[in-house]
Amino acid sequence: MTTSQTAMIDITGLRKSFGPLEVLKDINLQVKAGGVVALLGPSGSGKSTLLRCMNLLVVPDAGRIRVGDTTFQFGASTERPGTKPLAAFRSRTGMVFQNFNLFPHMTVLENVIEAPIHVRRLDRKTAIDLGMSQLEKVGLADRASQRPQTLSGGQKQRVAIARALAMEPSVMLFDEATSALDPELVGEVLQTMQQLAADGMTMVIVTHEIAFARDVADRVVFMRDGYVVEEGPAGEVINTPRMEATKTFLSHFHKGAI
Amino acid sequence: MYQWDFSILWDYRWIFLQGLGVTVSFTLAIIAGGLVVGLAAAIGLLSRFAVLRGVSLGFIEIFRCTPVLVQLIWCYYALPMLAGVEMTPVTASLLALSCYGGAFYAEIIRGGIVSIDAGQSEAASALGMTPALAMRRIILPQALRRMVPPLMNQSILQFKNTSLVSVLAVPDLVYQGQMAAHDSFRPLETYTAVAAAYFAILFPLTLFVRWRERRSEET
Ligand SMILES: Nc1ncnc2c1ncn2[C@@H]1O[C@H](COP(=O)(O)OP(=O)(O)O)[C@@H](O)[C@H]1O
Ligand SMILES: [Mg+2]
Repeated sequence: MTTSQTAMIDITGLRKSFGPLEVLKDINLQVKAGGVVALLGPSGSGKSTLLRCMNLLVVPDAGRIRVGDTTFQFGASTERPGTKPLAAFRSRTGMVFQNFNLFPHMTVLENVIEAPIHVRRLDRKTAIDLGMSQLEKVGLADRASQRPQTLSGGQKQRVAIARALAMEPSVMLFDEATSALDPELVGEVLQTMQQLAADGMTMVIVTHEIAFARDVADRVVFMRDGYVVEEGPAGEVINTPRMEATKTFLSHFHKGAI
Repeated sequence: MYQWDFSILWDYRWIFLQGLGVTVSFTLAIIAGGLVVGLAAAIGLLSRFAVLRGVSLGFIEIFRCTPVLVQLIWCYYALPMLAGVEMTPVTASLLALSCYGGAFYAEIIRGGIVSIDAGQSEAASALGMTPALAMRRIILPQALRRMVPPLMNQSILQFKNTSLVSVLAVPDLVYQGQMAAHDSFRPLETYTAVAAAYFAILFPLTLFVRWRERRSEET
């Protein structure tokens, strides 16, 4: 059981249905501290739902989720956790969305310091110092007083990363962080993510950037129809997949030379 | 040919001003009361609990689907019998018009809140905000901006609705106009002056709301 003791994220027997639609069917998954896992799979396979279960944005029907030293158990006999423990749990996981979801009524810096002030209850000055250092990390300190609407897509996504990092989370979850970007803006966001991985952040990344997954992730998890079909070291799964489903999925990408 | 003579109205200027004062303060009071009622009903409509949603919806539909004049009279004559409390004309009017306005404000407030992209509350939740904090810091500030023009339009209607309180002998602008008309035997001039007073206040306000609407469409 050494893997589960050093794991930062430990998921066992996870199930989730939306009405009659069973989206996650008995998912088991570990991510070790400092590990970077790429979650691949066709559209509708349940990647986003699994990612959202990791910070309980989606509350599972059954199973167990541990992040760091907090464990939640789900099932018919266990009570649904209240809003306070849920919020506290989420404050320790960062999430980056496909559509950025920056707060348009705030400046870039206000976006970044909002949760540190109102959730972590840092005083304003500490929060600003922290926020500015996160903005520096993503190369946008000079945009601190601008509105998000004035930024390019790539800059918006880097602000969203800085905003999540300002909560000093123990894991970062990325849901197709570059899918809404113009092709020429994808690179700057991937570079920021790569830097974060190099700094030792534990990361789970849903992506269609196969080359990025191979180069930056140390493990790849391939999903289909709510199951984990194949899992292993990134290079191995991407270069020499064992399962038919994985081969079929990856062949779409190999055609368009990566 | 009728000989218009507005000069006789000068003798009644204080009565008119008093009436106008009552109308304006009544409007401000029922806007404030209506907003409180409306916000509560809107939050009820958005509640997780079916009972709260049902109560809010029932309240809103009752006040939207009955004439405001009937509500006013009902609050003054029927409610005291049912509840066993004394109602002054002013209390009954404030109650009825606040609830009537609140029913319409509620729909505007609910619409403003749900018009905010779901990604905003997801991002707030992902940062560890509770639903209440996310509502206060993220959703409402954005929703309020969109609500301002329709809330102002509804408040303009409320200003006009205050004229109904004259049936309960609340001394508003219309009621004082009636007094002046009886006293002077000059109903044509008096009621024209009353109408002009409403218009002089509301016309600039509607222009302002239209300008705000156009400006918020641009951004
Ligand atoms: N909130 C929801 N309500 C109903 N169905 C949902 C919801 N979220 C996702 N689904 C459905 O679950 C399935 C998996 O979705 P998702 O996890 O987004 O897949 P992926 O991210 O791999 O494309 C899809 O069929 C989707 O329509
Ligand atoms: Mg998805």
